[in-house]
Amino acid sequence: MLTVKSLPQPPERLRAALGLAPPGPHYTFRRHSLWVRVCHWINAVCLAILLMSGLNIFNAHPALYWGSNSNFERPSLMLGAMENGAGEITTGVTSIGTHQFDTTGVLGASKVDGQLSSRGFPSWATLPGPNWLAMARQWHFAFAWLLVFNAVVFFAYGVWSRHFARDLAPTKSDVAHLPREIAEHARLKFPHGETARHYNALQKLAYCLVIFVLGPLIVLTGLAMSPTMDAAFPILPWIFGGRQSARTIHFICAFSFFGFFLVHIAMVILSGTWNNLRSMITGKYVIHGKEGGHD
Amino acid sequence: MTDRRGFIARTLAGASTLLLSSCYDLSEKPWFTNILGKVEDLSRTAQHLFAGPHTLAPEFTKADIAPAFRVNGTADPGTPEYQAHVVRGFRDWRVTVTGLVDRPLSLSIDDLRKLPARTQITRHDCVEGWSCIGEWTGPQLALILAAAKPRPAARYVVFYCADPMTAEGDPEHYYYESLELSEAAHPQTILAYQMNGAPLTVGHGAPVRLRAERQLGYKQPKYVQRIELVADLKSIQGGKGGYWEDQGYSWYGGI
Repeated sequence: MLTVKSLPQPPERLRAALGLAPPGPHYTFRRHSLWVRVCHWINAVCLAILLMSGLNIFNAHPALYWGSNSNFERPSLMLGAMENGAGEITTGVTSIGTHQFDTTGVLGASKVDGQLSSRGFPSWATLPGPNWLAMARQWHFAFAWLLVFNAVVFFAYGVWSRHFARDLAPTKSDVAHLPREIAEHARLKFPHGETARHYNALQKLAYCLVIFVLGPLIVLTGLAMSPTMDAAFPILPWIFGGRQSARTIHFICAFSFFGFFLVHIAMVILSGTWNNLRSMITGKYVIHGKEGGHD
Repeated sequence: MTDRRGFIARTLAGASTLLLSSCYDLSEKPWFTNILGKVEDLSRTAQHLFAGPHTLAPEFTKADIAPAFRVNGTADPGTPEYQAHVVRGFRDWRVTVTGLVDRPLSLSIDDLRKLPARTQITRHDCVEGWSCIGEWTGPQLALILAAAKPRPAARYVVFYCADPMTAEGDPEHYYYESLELSEAAHPQTILAYQMNGAPLTVGHGAPVRLRAERQLGYKQPKYVQRIELVADLKSIQGGKGGYWEDQGYSWYGGI
């Protein structure tokens, strides 16, 4: 009879990748404080809903421009559709500047109830699914408020607890290690043992970029699209080169967040899925080796 | 490999469908839309706090004027009554001011032209996301409201328009909009009869449209015929304060 004990043990590399407890000496430590964990998951929900409701809002006018005016003849980006003589939608076309790409089925034209229809982003990517500008705006603003409240709490905590100064601020040695780290990350080799107790230079860089650049930028460009906010703070549209530029930057920020999300998820999976996931849920992270020892 | 990829794709699509359908269901639940309504109040309160009653929307120069200002919403009211006004050059068009006022008014376009006018080059922001810059000329609404002597109970200014929003021209479905009294009295809120130096075209709301520059486009009705001061919006048409509001759009249009 096969018992659990007689099952072949997964090889070390797989164990490390999954983030299972290593066979040798190990200990756990609290990697993320409760504040960080709660803020992280509220953030995750907000960003998912903001992106998808944002795509629905975008579908109301699926084109981007630069400046204050919308030059309808010359959009920077447009997700359009072409129809045949019988008025049926046949092709989805994505235009970036003067370049055009056939993106039928996904961008410009995608299926709604089995029928190819003119739609910027497809219904599986937007919230709500059908084009419904009024409702998408309400979702977007509700979760934008939640995102901002969450950010205020997180920034206050980050400064007060020295989380920013202690864990996120890059040090001189981070800068020195950067080239080696890039090479190691490219070979999917991730820090283990004591070095995993701290964010590495690439992590710090990525998190700082998202927290201190992308986050504020997406909120400010969002506010710059509001006519009343532009009356309150005329500098808002001015710094971004106009309301339409602000809308374009807002869109670029949203997809930068999405890009960060993809890389973030890949790193979580590749560098010890369960250990990482658990540390963001319960806070506990398992370290290979003896506490206080060296690798 | 293909199988695994297929499985992952199916899982992702399934998760997305589940999330989307539950969000869609939520969008139709009154308790949830009530929360979203509260958020609209929060946005309005915060924006009032920052913008106050007097801050001005940015103004531009003639060089910034859009070469092709988009005609949106009604392009031509198309009713026989409106057509007759077009033929007569809007000579008999009246803008009345009624409701909670001590001195109801009835103004012709000539009367409006005799009032001191404000000319402003401003950016028109559509709720859909696009913008166009144009130059608008007309008397400040504050002047006209003051002349009508609003009663203390007046809280909102309602604008009734000549463009029917249904084919039959059902009187319940002419375009209408409303603003808070403070926004209606804002220095850049004008009854514009001129755009880019020429009388308004039919597409842009001839003979007179509202400009409320701190608001989105749908808050700035075209073809304005009647202005009514009221204490409450609930008893008017769908009760939400405007044609698009009755279709689910936010009454607060500053964001």
